[in-house]
Amino acid sequence: MDWLLALLQTALFVFGAPLLLGWIKRLKALSQNRQPAPVWQPYRDLRRLFHKEVVIAHHASWLFRITPYIVFGAVVLVASVVPLLVTSLPTAAIADVIVLVGFFALGRFFLALAGMDIGTAFGGMGASREMTIASMAEPAMLMAVFTLAMTASTTNLSTAMLTILHEGLVLRPSFIFAALGLMMVAVAETGRIPVDNPATHLELTMVHEAMILEYSGRYLALIEWAAQIKLMVYGVLVLNLFFPWGIATETTTNALLIGSVVILAKLMLLALILVVSETVVAKMRLFRIPQYLSFAFLLCLLGALSHVILEAGYII
Amino acid sequence: MLSHLSLYEQAIFVLAALLLYTCFSLLAHTRLLDLIRAFAWQGVLLAATCALVAWVLEQPHLYISAILTLSLKGFLIPFALHRLVIKLKLQHTVEKVSSPTTVLLSGVGLVIFSYYVALPIEQLSTEITRNVIAISLAMVLLGMLLLISRSQAVSQVVGFMAVENGLFFAAVVSTYGMPMVVELGVAFDVLVAMVLFGVFFFQIKDNLDSLDVDQMNRLSEVDE
Amino acid sequence: MNDLTWVLGLPLFGTLLLALLRNHRVAGWLNVIISAMTLLASFLLALTVLDQNRLFFFNNLFFLDAFNVYLTVLTAFVGTTTAVFSRPYMAHEVEIGRVGMRRMRIYHSMYQFFLFAMLLALTSNNLGLLWVAMEAATLATVLLVSLYRTPESIEAAWKYFILCGVGIAQALFGTVLLYFAAFHVIPVSHNALLWSELQQYAGQLNPTVTSLAFVFLLIGYGTKVGLAPLHNWLPDAHSEGPTPMSAVLSGLLLNVALYALIRVKIIVDGSLETNIAGYLMMFFGLLSFVMASFFLHSRRNIKRMFSYSSIEHMGLMTFGFGMGTPLAVFAALLHMTVHSLTKSAIFVTVGHACQIAGTQSIEHIRGLIKTQPSVGWGLLIGTAAIAGFPPFGVFTSEFLLLTATINTWPWLSVILLTSLAVAFAGLFRNIQPMVFGEQPAQQVAVQANMLPVVIHLLLVLSLGLVIPEFLANWFNQVTLLITGSGLL
Repeated sequence: MDWLLALLQTALFVFGAPLLLGWIKRLKALSQNRQPAPVWQPYRDLRRLFHKEVVIAHHASWLFRITPYIVFGAVVLVASVVPLLVTSLPTAAIADVIVLVGFFALGRFFLALAGMDIGTAFGGMGASREMTIASMAEPAMLMAVFTLAMTASTTNLSTAMLTILHEGLVLRPSFIFAALGLMMVAVAETGRIPVDNPATHLELTMVHEAMILEYSGRYLALIEWAAQIKLMVYGVLVLNLFFPWGIATETTTNALLIGSVVILAKLMLLALILVVSETVVAKMRLFRIPQYLSFAFLLCLLGALSHVILEAGYII
Repeated sequence: MLSHLSLYEQAIFVLAALLLYTCFSLLAHTRLLDLIRAFAWQGVLLAATCALVAWVLEQPHLYISAILTLSLKGFLIPFALHRLVIKLKLQHTVEKVSSPTTVLLSGVGLVIFSYYVALPIEQLSTEITRNVIAISLAMVLLGMLLLISRSQAVSQVVGFMAVENGLFFAAVVSTYGMPMVVELGVAFDVLVAMVLFGVFFFQIKDNLDSLDVDQMNRLSEVDE
Repeated sequence: MNDLTWVLGLPLFGTLLLALLRNHRVAGWLNVIISAMTLLASFLLALTVLDQNRLFFFNNLFFLDAFNVYLTVLTAFVGTTTAVFSRPYMAHEVEIGRVGMRRMRIYHSMYQFFLFAMLLALTSNNLGLLWVAMEAATLATVLLVSLYRTPESIEAAWKYFILCGVGIAQALFGTVLLYFAAFHVIPVSHNALLWSELQQYAGQLNPTVTSLAFVFLLIGYGTKVGLAPLHNWLPDAHSEGPTPMSAVLSGLLLNVALYALIRVKIIVDGSLETNIAGYLMMFFGLLSFVMASFFLHSRRNIKRMFSYSSIEHMGLMTFGFGMGTPLAVFAALLHMTVHSLTKSAIFVTVGHACQIAGTQSIEHIRGLIKTQPSVGWGLLIGTAAIAGFPPFGVFTSEFLLLTATINTWPWLSVILLTSLAVAFAGLFRNIQPMVFGEQPAQQVAVQANMLPVVIHLLLVLSLGLVIPEFLANWFNQVTLLITGSGLL
């Protein structure tokens, strides 16, 4: 039963992710006074891509073909361990934050390799940019994670959530910083404005898109889908780690129902915040990104510091 | 754990952390107007802290300090600085900090240092004071770092005032402010200092044609 | 109306009056008169205090004992004689057009305010108020330093402002920490910054907090004393401001800062079992002393040279107070007096010398003794006094300090003696050509008022020959207050 639930939760992640993107796109269109596409538009796009013929460069190696599967697989694995509705699942045992960061890194590594595999200028450029961003985003993310781990004395996601749930509403300066920092990292990692623009194909500004420019058909579909799941995973992480209230701690129907409603509401709200911030903020020049990320790192570092200085003295 | 503390103490911690954050944002901002705005925020946060302490611990005289702080550090001084910057046509100046990352990282180093300095202070009264002293010491040191790392006279003044803010924070939270005579005296000094700074801006501008203090090097030439 | 009201009220009244007065000649005279009246009031106050040991005023906000009343009299005295000198000096500056009428008003008003701030700092029982007064004195002197509005003076004033402002902010942090330590010990919490209360309860203060507080107070007030390595403002401020200001800065403000440091040291010593505060003061005092004596040699500006000499002597006093034996403290107190008198006399003569030569550059001041013998002799004798020639008082105090050092830290006396010799050589190497060298053409005498110099140097000389009994008793009382045991 529990395993079934875990499977169900993963499926929710995988199949719900396009919906989240559709919602974001819809909000964005509304905010820009455009006629919005329906929220299931991403599903249609994916279906169309799956049906299309795959065109691959002549000298593409096996690496190029295998990468989409690895990327997708890694993201699905991540999705399977992040608690979405309920904390006490059998997968919770392996729901470690560091594993999670590792999985993301694995996917990115292969994506960068594939970008360079074809040998076009764009692929290489995209790969190098992506790795630059990652090299600065990952320390920040880890720092945020450490802050959380220090508070909960664990790196296990569901245990951490449970600890925070148990303590009730506590004003934690470290969490304010860590949450803000993590959000900034999430924006960078999922390629949103102001770091990257998912809707652009302008060579000067592309990061993620440049890397996957050579993909088509089902390969492209898988990569896009993986990106959507990644966005959702980050959203859920921020929400459930820092505001875990509402998540089910036991597997009763009632609790699950409440859990799904709450997470849905939270995600919708987060999407709204994302859209507002993307509307207000302009895309940065590429050379400003290190500043942005070092600011995120500073925030996370401040989070860790304020944990040590202000909060840690009271561990009895 | 933190959850054992009262909501008041948690709130003080959050304010302390936010104040620390404003210090870092002071270090990070290179445009003068942004710098002044961050400084104003710091003043407002400080006044909020003051009012919170006054309200929760029933220290009515702190309301006066809160009002004084809000009007002086939250509005008057930032406003005056803002006017001066506009008047001296400095609003578009972007200050060159030789290595911003190093400055920020040394700021983090200073925070850790002040934590270790405050560590041996036993928790005398309420549980929070030691940590607050660490934070306020960090604020003082960060203000000094701002002073060192900048060459614009305006930023140096902001650094000077930020040092003062750090002191005030320590006084408010650890000892519920200073005796009234002292507090009024300090406020008076700060006000006079601000007026003097304003006068100096114009004199420096007249003499150097800019507010870049690094260009002041006549005296060291005399020396050797 | 008590004596203290007069001592504090007169300069405050002078500040307001002179700010409004347009005529700078009348203002110059009034400046002298008000200072003299303050001196008179402080004499009367001293008589009462010496009679009754300790006096409190205004709800314990102010208090006077042998220590601060002694400095009050010294401050008022040097303030008065410098005012006497300042009148013709500043009139000359107006004549040659260096300062305008409006700035003369600022000058006179700030002179009185500076005196007021120092007297307030000295008589305050509240350590917070002491800080406020020190900061106020800083602000007043900033205005005085920048009086000439030359690029150099603006630069000096800015550096002074920033360095001292930040330095003294550290002292406020120390004060807050001290208050924090006392807050829960002293029954009436709003009395917790009163020095008399702090001294009474010193034993119960948390030692960690007080030692931390002392470090900050040392940095803060040490900056104002001019202790290395935070001494940079001092030569700048001395060289660029008007000369009377240099005289009161060196002769008085540094003393007041040192006074503040000693006051907190007494409390910290009461709280700690170790003598860490004393060691810190000894270290920084000695460091400044040695450093300044070497720096004396390569100065090219006469006022800068003598300001380094001030750093040197302040370092020596800090060292003496840090040592903390009755003999050392007695010697340091004597040194404080003779240094104030001598150094202000020197700055007065230097001021005239600079007016004669029209420059402050050592290379260009030559042949003073031919142009104007009174100034030449004044400079020569003053330098001889400050360098520690017998039979001047500086010799006596330095000798006593050396004896105290040999008694407790024999090895350090080697360093002391070497540096004294180095400083001696540095001073005379620069002074000799200025006094005796070839007189430049067209160098004419200026109208000089050598009366303050004569009085000061005569006093220093007589203190070197014999210390009157009442003064010795007075110093002994102060020593008793600081160290807990008297010398006599």
